[in-house]
Amino acid sequence: MVAILSKKPGEISTAPKARGRKITPYILLFPGMAWLTVFFIVPLFSLVSTSLMQRVGIDEFSPALQIANYTDAITTYSDKYLLSFKYAGIATVLALAIAYPLAYFIAFKSGKWKNFLLVLVVAPFFASFLIRTYAWQTILTDDGVINQFVAGLGILPENRLLATPIAVVAGLTYNFLPFMTLPLYSSLDRIDPRLIEAANDLYAKPFAGFRKVTVPLSMPGVVAGTLLTFIPAAGDYINAVLLGGPNDKMIGYTIQARFVQMRDYPTAAALSFILLAMILILVMSYVRKAGTEELL
Amino acid sequence: MTKVVSRPSLSHRVNFWVRDHLIVFYGIAALIYLFAPIVVVAIFSFNKPEGRSNSSWNYFSLDAWTNICRDQNICASLQTSLQIGLGSTILATILGTLISFALVRHRFHGRSTTNLLIFLPMATPEVVLGASLLALFLSIGLPLGPITIFIAHTMFCISFVVVTVKARLQGMDPRLEEAAQDLYADEKATFRYVTLPLVAPGIAAAALLSFSLSFDDYIITSFNSGTTVTFPMYVWGAAQRGIPAQVNVIGTIMFVGSLAMVLVAQAVGRARHKR
Repeated sequence: MVAILSKKPGEISTAPKARGRKITPYILLFPGMAWLTVFFIVPLFSLVSTSLMQRVGIDEFSPALQIANYTDAITTYSDKYLLSFKYAGIATVLALAIAYPLAYFIAFKSGKWKNFLLVLVVAPFFASFLIRTYAWQTILTDDGVINQFVAGLGILPENRLLATPIAVVAGLTYNFLPFMTLPLYSSLDRIDPRLIEAANDLYAKPFAGFRKVTVPLSMPGVVAGTLLTFIPAAGDYINAVLLGGPNDKMIGYTIQARFVQMRDYPTAAALSFILLAMILILVMSYVRKAGTEELL
Repeated sequence: MTKVVSRPSLSHRVNFWVRDHLIVFYGIAALIYLFAPIVVVAIFSFNKPEGRSNSSWNYFSLDAWTNICRDQNICASLQTSLQIGLGSTILATILGTLISFALVRHRFHGRSTTNLLIFLPMATPEVVLGASLLALFLSIGLPLGPITIFIAHTMFCISFVVVTVKARLQGMDPRLEEAAQDLYADEKATFRYVTLPLVAPGIAAAALLSFSLSFDDYIITSFNSGTTVTFPMYVWGAAQRGIPAQVNVIGTIMFVGSLAMVLVAQAVGRARHKR
């Protein structure tokens, strides 16, 4: 994750190896690229062709051009997409709010503890995703301390945390936090502290210096972090199933259930293709707006 | 005249102190938040649950720790996950490392296409990766099982290996290799004695990352596993009827083990650096 950001655009090494042997890079690339082509690109085509199939029997489908699969999927499940994007969007904003000060703290205030703190920030994510989410179920449970306290304040619509959208968003925020923290950290860490000193020397108030120097310089990290959080969060369904109520299931769950349990392959394929298309459109327009296209 | 020296005003100093320390308190609060679920997992690994569900405290017991394989399905699923994890880590690390060398060390046509093909799997939601692979396996009639999981895991690990190893290669000082060649090392010797030792930490990090991605994956696996049960698949299945405390034990071991591994690696790196 950090590595994506540490890539400087257009950087080409001047290392003294293998000059003039035009075929070497292709030999090096071939096995990996072949694997990605066969098991990533080709499957996308199978996905599209599956999504256009026609049902001819109970578990039987034949190749066709059923555009109706798409229109049906959109009309039936548009609210699921909206719900997923809403939850993922809120979780991304929350993750940014939590991770920015944290990354700032590690990059500028932690001194010799920097590496240790970085390990600590990532460490919780070594324990399995499912086990972590299940632990949140235990933490937020109805007779748990946190729920008693928050419900006591009387601000919750359903008077509980578990099995509500709040728990789903909290789970998403937590589980994808390192995808936000690491890119933010790596862009903050690369800021030359002398630039901030210069702002101070020029009589910028600390906050003005932060707003006009630190924030703009950390934008690549913000863009990468929000993308790396939003994309997996929008497709996730584990948090929604383990922490949410029956109405909080996200689109990922519908896709999985349609594909694996109901064996309704065309609808499931159409749903996943729509998800991919929507995310790509969102990402492209966001990246364009943020003006950091070289990131891709 | 009593006071000539202009000291920063009190409010200014208070402001500064708060600003400087607020962020520290914030950092501590954030760490508590990050570790809360881990602490819960560890505590409940010592619980003796009353019924099937291990979500309310009953009494302290070492049962789960001394008898991890009581439910044989747990250990069978662990073994499956370890095998698939090792296999896909080895293959993805090799394929990804080769790609990184090509990208950093060579000029060639199709560079931006290559970069795009590396980036896209990371920008695709897991459900889509899982669903499209399943669509492929169904259409070519490949039966689902350990092989299809292995194929899927290798696929999504390659990109992560490439970005990790590439970063390490780009961070290397090219003068080190030039120096070796100036000292009449041939290409093979330069690679063997200079390049490889310098890239090794990056390759090791990439392998660790691959292994943990593969070992932890649920969503993609759930599409392509057929009847094979990996450890996350086991946990998911168990979640419906109550997760046994043994799962907490394994979660705790995974956490402590990988934390220890990373910290030792860091210490070794620092010691080498000092030498």
